[in-house]
Amino acid sequence: MKPRHQRLVLAVLAVVAIVGAALLAMSALRDQAAYFYTPGDAKKDGLPAGRAVRLGGMVKDGSIVRAPDGVTIRFVVTDFKDEVPVVFRGIPPDLFKENSGVVAEGRFDTRGTFIADNILAKHDERYMPPQVASGMRGAMHESPSIAK
Amino acid sequence: MIAEAGLAALWLAAALAALQLALGALGLQPGREEYLAGVRRIAVAQALLTALAFGCLILLFLRVDLSVALVAANDHSDKPWLYKFAGTWGNHEGSMLMWVTILALAGAAVALLERQLAERTLVATLAAQAAIGLGFYAFLLFASNPFARLSPVPADGQGLNPLLQDPGLAFHPPTLYVGYVGLSVAFSFAVGALVTRDVGPAFARAMRPWVLGAWIFLTLGITAGSYWAYYELGWGGWWFWDPVENASLMPWLAATALLHSVTVLATRDGLRAWTVMLAVVAFSMSMVGTFLVRSGILTSVHAFAVDPRRGSFILALLVLYIGGALALFGLRVGTVREGARFDPVSREGALVINNLLLSAVLGIVLIGTLYPLGVEAVTGEKLSVGPPYFNSAAGPLALILVAVMGAGPLMRWRRDDLKAVMGRIALPVLITALALLAVVLLAPPIGILPLLGLILAAGVAAASVAPLWKRNLRRTPLFTYGMVLAHLGIAVSLAGMASESAFIRETLVAARPGETHKVGPYQVRFDGVEPVAGPNWTAVEATLTATRGDRAPRTLKTQMRSYWAPPTQTNEAAISTVLDGQLYVVLGNPGDDGRWQLRLWWKPFVTLIWLGGAMVALGGFLALVGRVWRERQARLREEGYI
Repeated sequence: MKPRHQRLVLAVLAVVAIVGAALLAMSALRDQAAYFYTPGDAKKDGLPAGRAVRLGGMVKDGSIVRAPDGVTIRFVVTDFKDEVPVVFRGIPPDLFKENSGVVAEGRFDTRGTFIADNILAKHDERYMPPQVASGMRGAMHESPSIAK
Repeated sequence: MIAEAGLAALWLAAALAALQLALGALGLQPGREEYLAGVRRIAVAQALLTALAFGCLILLFLRVDLSVALVAANDHSDKPWLYKFAGTWGNHEGSMLMWVTILALAGAAVALLERQLAERTLVATLAAQAAIGLGFYAFLLFASNPFARLSPVPADGQGLNPLLQDPGLAFHPPTLYVGYVGLSVAFSFAVGALVTRDVGPAFARAMRPWVLGAWIFLTLGITAGSYWAYYELGWGGWWFWDPVENASLMPWLAATALLHSVTVLATRDGLRAWTVMLAVVAFSMSMVGTFLVRSGILTSVHAFAVDPRRGSFILALLVLYIGGALALFGLRVGTVREGARFDPVSREGALVINNLLLSAVLGIVLIGTLYPLGVEAVTGEKLSVGPPYFNSAAGPLALILVAVMGAGPLMRWRRDDLKAVMGRIALPVLITALALLAVVLLAPPIGILPLLGLILAAGVAAASVAPLWKRNLRRTPLFTYGMVLAHLGIAVSLAGMASESAFIRETLVAARPGETHKVGPYQVRFDGVEPVAGPNWTAVEATLTATRGDRAPRTLKTQMRSYWAPPTQTNEAAISTVLDGQLYVVLGNPGDDGRWQLRLWWKPFVTLIWLGGAMVALGGFLALVGRVWRERQARLREEGYI
């Protein structure tokens, strides 16, 4: 193999690897990226049943109900216009409470209930996830309780 | 006074960095060699000043000087001294000052210790290091001043995020930063060698210990961070594909590739342009990580800043340095001569595949991390990319990579015979097949990725120690032991990951005191709860007794802590470690009926994940010591001392 040849082969291999990785990444992204919905988005865009999504909003006041097994909770996520009922089995994070921001990961079932696999915490009392903050920018003015 | 002294030291250091850059650039002109000698000394002085500034900030935090805005916002007089100390970098400004301090110290270390590199290339390297430093000094002084005063002085500080109040804070960020910022040395070496057209084996031999050093710390920092998140967050997971984790993984992937390609360049004079490119990419990934973490565009315990100007500042620096280095690379790559040739079936060939796969995995992680940010910036749509993407896209490539890692060291440099290679890897392949048989026959059905992970770990573990087979162990060089240990560590870590995800058992219950619940091989009795208190928190502590067969029962204590500054609740998991795994218990909320939520996990062999990580780092350390010692011997021999 001539020297020039080898360098060319290596360069082509590198390009193939990078393009291959990019294609693989793009196709996996199409299947696996979880979109972020507020209750309003879910109503407007239709419910993507069965697909991994994130739901963000505020936990509605007085909506948290614990099932008899002690580890399943039901609550309502609201953006002060629309509401989505959520079911979650597990230990919610410390900062999960009513009238507080929440992001739930999971999927909608066919009846419009959100089955959460995971509830994400705000890490810090002073902090609000930018996604929730901007997803709720409109609602902020109506509810002083969530303004930081 | 301390704050003003710190600020003055920082300004002086910035001025010296400017001088270092200017003298370096001037000294490279023909006939101006007299400037070169000063550059080393300036690099050392600059580092001392920056370290002084950092020392001042630590002192302010230890003394809880509330007239300094940063201290008031993050410190608290009730905190134990360790968290006052480590809290210095548990915030945006302090962590950026630590970043710059390590950058300057790395530059000084090069100036003091590097004896192999040609003088002109060394000076160009130090000038490049100063150029990076200047940008980040500017960022500190103009956009993130850690020493700003506050008036009026508050009664007490606001405290540190309790999730960070852990001994891990004293260890994980500095370790990771040394690795992260240590890669700047590789970057500066590459820029220096491009400037003086000095890319060759001697340059690679000089650069290798620095890359190894940074890589060791990066490995340790990632391993420590993973374990910290595992026990502190109470989620029981050891890797979340969180963008912040990816921000540390990406430089590690690039540095791992660089580590291997620099060996090809040092030993066989191959992959010249590629190695230089990787050195640029590795530190670029560190800067991308810094941007992601420090700009405030991510939601994370690591993200402190919410000021968008800071994000733009770091982004501008990022574009400047990466763009500049790539432009220089583009201009000079034509002058980098073609390296030595090699056969596709050879150690070099395997290392090329290693590099391509590492780059591909890096690309996948990078795309997955940046894609949501890009989509949101362009369309405003919010989406998240999580474990399903990373596992399905990067997982298979990573497994192939591990397989290649097992075979590579069994191949000869330059040219090898395919049949002979087959003969050498026959035993590891047989072990893989036997492991497959054993898992299929003995274990319950498990997913394809964990299955492949388990059997590959067995085969690769065997292949990793194979280079020592039939060798005189006393004459085997230390760096060969290092390689063997590091590769074995990867296999051990992989075994832990696969075993944990395949055989994990979870029980989630609401239990009354006195009840017993089963998880994996354990019967866990919930004995009850009682209130306890610490220096700056109160807690509800649950006591549990775990029994397994007729072994002695173990007592576990898990807490739900309430901190008051800032007011936050955290879960302190109870973890009981045994030889074949960990029992992990988290206490949840009480119900109205006297029941408490309990989450119990049995995680078989999960500890292997971090044991493997530590082995990798130790392997790197052996390789570093072995290489440096050998180079030293060679130099002494050359100079006629031995």
